[in-house]
Amino acid sequence: MQQQQGNRFFFNVDWITVLIYIALCAVGFINIFASVPPEKSSIFSFNTLYGKQLIYVLTGLVLGLSILLFDGRIFNVFSPFIYGGTLLLLLAVLVIGNKVAGNQAWIAIGSFKLQPAEFAKFGTALLLARYVGSFNPKFRDLKSIAIAALIVGAPLVLIMLQPDTGSALVFLAFMFPLYREGLSGYFLLIFLGMIVLFIADFLVPTYILIIIITAVAGLFIYNNRRKQKIIFSTVLVTVLAIGYLFLIKVAYEKVLAPHQRSRIELMLGLKTDNRGAGYNVIQSQIAIGSGQVTGRGFLEGTQTKYGYVPEQSTDFIFSTIGEEWGFLGCSVVIALYIFLLLRLINLAERQRSTFSRVYGYSVACILFFHVFINIGMTIGIIPVIGIPLPLISYGGSSLWSFTILLFIFLKLDSNRMGFF
Amino acid sequence: MDQLFNRKYIIQGLFIVIALILLGKLFYIQVVSDKYFLSAESNVLRKLYKYPARGAILDRNMKVIVQNEPVYDLMVTPSEVKPFDTLALAQALEISVADVRKKLKKAKAQSAYQATFFDRQISVQSYARLQEIMYRFPGFRTQDRTIRHYPDSIAGQLFGYVKEVSPDDIEKSEGYYKPGDFIGKSGLERSYEDFLRGEKGVINMLYDAKNIAQGSYSAGKYDINAVSGDRLISSLDIRIQKLGEELMKNKVGAIVAIEPSTGEILAFVSSPGYDPNQLVGKDWGKNYMGLLANPYRPQIVRPIAGQYSPGSSFKPVDALVALQDGAIDPNTTFTCPGYYQAGNHRVKCEHIDGTINMQRGIARSCNTYFCHVFQNIITKNGMKNQRQTYAHWHDQISKWGFGQKLGIDMPFEKKGIFYTADHYDKIYGKRWGYTTVISQAIGQGEITSTPLQMANVMAAIANRGYYLKPHLIKGIGDKKVVKKEYLEKNYVGIDEKYFQPVIEGMRDAVNSSWGTAKESRIPNILMCGKTGTVQNPHGKNHSVFIGFAPMDNPKIAIAVIVENGGFGGSYAAPISSFIVEKYLTDSIKPKANGYTVKAFAETNLLPAIIDKTKKPKPVKADSISIKKLDSIKRLKDSLKLKSAATKTVATRPKGLTTVLKDKPVIQK
Repeated sequence: MQQQQGNRFFFNVDWITVLIYIALCAVGFINIFASVPPEKSSIFSFNTLYGKQLIYVLTGLVLGLSILLFDGRIFNVFSPFIYGGTLLLLLAVLVIGNKVAGNQAWIAIGSFKLQPAEFAKFGTALLLARYVGSFNPKFRDLKSIAIAALIVGAPLVLIMLQPDTGSALVFLAFMFPLYREGLSGYFLLIFLGMIVLFIADFLVPTYILIIIITAVAGLFIYNNRRKQKIIFSTVLVTVLAIGYLFLIKVAYEKVLAPHQRSRIELMLGLKTDNRGAGYNVIQSQIAIGSGQVTGRGFLEGTQTKYGYVPEQSTDFIFSTIGEEWGFLGCSVVIALYIFLLLRLINLAERQRSTFSRVYGYSVACILFFHVFINIGMTIGIIPVIGIPLPLISYGGSSLWSFTILLFIFLKLDSNRMGFF
Repeated sequence: MDQLFNRKYIIQGLFIVIALILLGKLFYIQVVSDKYFLSAESNVLRKLYKYPARGAILDRNMKVIVQNEPVYDLMVTPSEVKPFDTLALAQALEISVADVRKKLKKAKAQSAYQATFFDRQISVQSYARLQEIMYRFPGFRTQDRTIRHYPDSIAGQLFGYVKEVSPDDIEKSEGYYKPGDFIGKSGLERSYEDFLRGEKGVINMLYDAKNIAQGSYSAGKYDINAVSGDRLISSLDIRIQKLGEELMKNKVGAIVAIEPSTGEILAFVSSPGYDPNQLVGKDWGKNYMGLLANPYRPQIVRPIAGQYSPGSSFKPVDALVALQDGAIDPNTTFTCPGYYQAGNHRVKCEHIDGTINMQRGIARSCNTYFCHVFQNIITKNGMKNQRQTYAHWHDQISKWGFGQKLGIDMPFEKKGIFYTADHYDKIYGKRWGYTTVISQAIGQGEITSTPLQMANVMAAIANRGYYLKPHLIKGIGDKKVVKKEYLEKNYVGIDEKYFQPVIEGMRDAVNSSWGTAKESRIPNILMCGKTGTVQNPHGKNHSVFIGFAPMDNPKIAIAVIVENGGFGGSYAAPISSFIVEKYLTDSIKPKANGYTVKAFAETNLLPAIIDKTKKPKPVKADSISIKKLDSIKRLKDSLKLKSAATKTVATRPKGLTTVLKDKPVIQK
């Protein structure tokens, strides 16, 4: 350890993760380049999307490397201030933010636009890690769960107010690090159950669902007829589930915006609308599907070139990959992500400090949510939720926030032998 | 802690499961299903068709008779239109401002993004005016295309017409035709559609999401150039076609002239005719309705769809079959007392010639003689075997083309009627014999034929025993391909030696003082022929003449039918003589009897139009045919005008003073 003092800033950095990071940024740049209409790509210019993205990638890399120069301990120490800062930004955006496409999500600083929701992710991750690392709660009691929920919930609610449902949904990813730290698996099961019931409620008449739930509960109680506690909780869950079913109906009509309702109905195949709300999804699927096994080739994607997929360089960048690089290209990108995610989990597990581990899990799970929701949306298995594909989608805020998220963890990881 | 450590695997497992779900769906839409690929193609690829020039048609002397003419359409793409000076556009097009607005609205209703017709076939003047100010009308452009033009304005029914394809045509073509394509709908344009239309060119044009063309797919690698349609050389001689149409002016009827040695049709007149240029371009609908409203039904192609009793013109065939059968020899004579007694019916002759031989029988058109001939044929194996001999006779006559389509290269050819023995069995049971069907001996009763069939009979006689399928196109494309079926000789089953006496009879019909067509003699040309007077229950008889010339080494065979023309010698024969003379000598010499083309052309033989509701009392024309044969009459009637006349409005040509006599009418 002593002989590597001269190189101590980059000592012990997991370069494999950095390589994957660079690879994904490169994939992003290449496909943004391809997504720009052909006549504009004749001259390389920093006014084009890919020109700007190149700047974002390079500055992002500088940003990431400079994070490695910090002392890892400051992230733990300053986490409440960073969290507080991001909350202030989220509040500020509600007051002074620019409205873009119905969402008040951007703060303009000169020609530069900042999206606070992107930075709230690592702020929240840091504070949550600090809380778990300092107090070592096992989430068996209501108090610790409530505190964790508050930490995650505050930015989530502020983002919902923008309203940016997509970015808010990503905060649900913090369930997994909490689960890792001891939160009961029932929370995940309940969450899963709620999603299943939500979808089922659209596809099957409600009374049939009630009959099925009651029948399953009855069978379960019969099998455990000697255990009073289980009987009691089963009845409770059943009543809650049925209540939830009715709540969905009300919430669906009253809470969700019309465009969100139609996106859900489109995804579930309850209606088709290839010209209106469904246009984006259909065109994205057409573009991806037309790539077939090997793709049409770089810059050869007709759907991409001729602008058939709206939002192609941002949220729908995966359709360019699908069209020009085919199933093979898609598989490579997904493999890169999965390799990154699994590696992050492994890195997190080798941390000695709980702070670093929780933070590592948070990073992995936020990335996972983004990847799953974004790709799922472009191929029509998830309703349209406008969140970017990490490191690939066009956009400075998103790229930098993921860079910061990732490189803070790499710094923590490189310091894993140290003491806090 | 260990227990919590295991939760790592649950989370990692979840990552992998979700990744597999994503890959599974990707595998389905990218590899398994080609639905998305096809949708992508239809998103961006649109086939633009380049229309080839339709093939021209020439006459046998290489004179162009059907050609293409450029026309200009004004197209508009409504989405690209910016506010413009409507008055200037209206003035350039010579229409009203209101019309401009109306047309723009109509175009918008069709499609906002596709170019649609704003005004079709604008005049050359409008086109020239527009070219100068076009820049003031964004979204508008002119498009040139070609339409058919028929320089001689004749032979409408023969050429047919070209029109935009119907949904039905598109379906039948299995994808060849697209909406907006043109197709030959009738006549030669229809029967030679496959050659005339050429090959459409295709540009695989790429379009972006805003429907703006982005250039050709793969730099035009898969594009196809348009190939012009084949040029057709018609067998028609436009000189006699024109003459024929002129002579048939104000008459209902048909002329077919054939070159016997080749089967090539030299003239194909259907009267009343119309100018084929009427059925071109934007006035199609109006003019077509006009044709449909014409009570003389010009839309009927009479040379192949008009079915007339051949009448006496059937007699030469009768004679030839009898000679071949041995029922008579050229010197057989019968005695004509002025009638023929068939059972309790009497077939009348208009003259009493006494003992008469075959040659004179033909020249004089003696009904008695040919009834005897028919009697001899049918009863040659005794009275008991009449059905069998009739069947044999029917076969022999059929070889001449009666009762069947000849297979001309025109659509909608009719077969004519010719009853088999079975037909008669159905009507009479077993109780029928030669007296029952004797009217066929003189080409009446249950036999009808098209003018084409009659002309073809003449060609077969002119060739002394065979015919070639009559056809209108003698060469396709630059290589002048002839269909193989037009080169085959079709023998009519008569030995060559039997033709001479019959042909001599036909020569006498025109060239002797006792002939029925003696007024139609052509100086220095021996035309052989046979007149016919076809009974018409609705009015004056139809005048028929069939013939060929010259007698030796014939160059032209002809059939002419003039409805309500009376005797065959009155109109059909002189008209034939003019056409034959014109064809063989390229001129028409003044006639001793004063007949002129002009006089005939001016003669109006159109039947008067009478009220349909007052149906004329049917004149029972053919006592021999039995009541049950009403269906034949109905068929015959249908060939004539719906509202047939009881009297004709005939004006005799000046100088036509000689009383013409022809065969008598059969009466009870």
